[in-house]
Amino acid sequence: MNKCTERIYNGLIKENPTFVLMLGMCPTLAVTTSATNGIGMGLSTTAVLIMSNMLISMLRKIIPDSVRMPAFIVVVASFVTIVDFLLEGFLPGLYDSLGLYIPLIVVNCIILGRAESYASKNPVLPSIFDGVGMGLGFTFGLTCIGIVRELIGAGQIFGVQVMPDSYVPFTIFVLAPGAFFVLAALVALMNKIKRAAAKRGKPMPEAVGCGAGCASCQNRTACGGHLIRPETADGGKEKE
Amino acid sequence: MGDLQNLLLIAVGSAFVNNVVLSQFLGICPFLGVSKNVKTAAGMGSAVVFVITIASFVTGLIYKFILGNKNIMGGELEYLNTIVFILVIAALVQFVEMFLKKSMPSLYNALGVYLPLITTNCAVLGVALTNVESGYGLLTGVVNGFATAFGFLVSIVLMAGIREKIEHNDISESFQGTPIVLVTAGLMAIAFFGFSGLI
Repeated sequence: MNKCTERIYNGLIKENPTFVLMLGMCPTLAVTTSATNGIGMGLSTTAVLIMSNMLISMLRKIIPDSVRMPAFIVVVASFVTIVDFLLEGFLPGLYDSLGLYIPLIVVNCIILGRAESYASKNPVLPSIFDGVGMGLGFTFGLTCIGIVRELIGAGQIFGVQVMPDSYVPFTIFVLAPGAFFVLAALVALMNKIKRAAAKRGKPMPEAVGCGAGCASCQNRTACGGHLIRPETADGGKEKE
Repeated sequence: MGDLQNLLLIAVGSAFVNNVVLSQFLGICPFLGVSKNVKTAAGMGSAVVFVITIASFVTGLIYKFILGNKNIMGGELEYLNTIVFILVIAALVQFVEMFLKKSMPSLYNALGVYLPLITTNCAVLGVALTNVESGYGLLTGVVNGFATAFGFLVSIVLMAGIREKIEHNDISESFQGTPIVLVTAGLMAIAFFGFSGLI
């Protein structure tokens, strides 16, 4: 398999940011009240991810190591601002429903995580495809969650009524608690699949989302590789 | 009195009714990651209160005198909000850390390890942007920031308390770890709906 398609496969399936790595939980929970919102958020993030991966990969030999985090943040924040304005101008409906979460793409673990762990070490073309793969994987994850929540919570998918009229929607699923329940069920399912895979001798990558440690979270670079282990209650620092 | 009442309403609103974690989903990462026991959760929560309060003051100042100032570029600098705020917050956290290390070692020991982790907590940027978007002034912004962070503190400490009990329970294999925490968070979110009658 050539390197570019491998990156896309990697992002979509093998290291899917939502289901496997559990990155970017804030938007995952917040904007998935409907499938349309999920797709919109996913694609906006994808756009930012592709552009920032491209630029950071181009600049990787110029940016000094010591100031790379601020430099990455500026690059990402600029693209987020561009996307913010494009959405406001061309898709005002989506812009209104995503609201605050568009500027908050800046602090999405996936983007800085990919910049740090892939784009800053690899040539431009694979980095772009890495962005495409990861972005599509994220979009796929958000859309799945959005479909489940919209179907149970409103009886619709993409705004089209699919449940019979006699179906009484569980409104709670489009409200805040529903997000937690749906994600909990999906993660539990993922755990089951992982355990089965491990039994067959094909271990899957560990979740690196902030719940499980911070292997590729941007926090890791911020905290200089010191992991906070809740077990060491006094905030003992441990070198990873 | 009217002003005070207004401030109180905003405070209660952002601390409980629109709880930052349970209804706005900001700061989910530390909420899930650092809530295994009450002591660490309280440490993280207080560090967040500390940083968000300062950050909403500083970003408020910057917005009032530079970005939103009609005399500089005719007030057209607002599009720089996101970029400026995130950099200012990152720098501020570093600065606060250095300052605490030198001048208040005891506070630093209590909050120190959590400070760098907060830089990228989306709640900090979220509060700064909300303050601007809702047109809050400096004082209102700081009160809103403090209340939001207090809401975070309350929910993370509650969550840690519940998780300490869950440890001893018999949970089905697939639901161990993150899933059961998410279910708990969902139930807490339902409980927090009760506050919506307050304002």
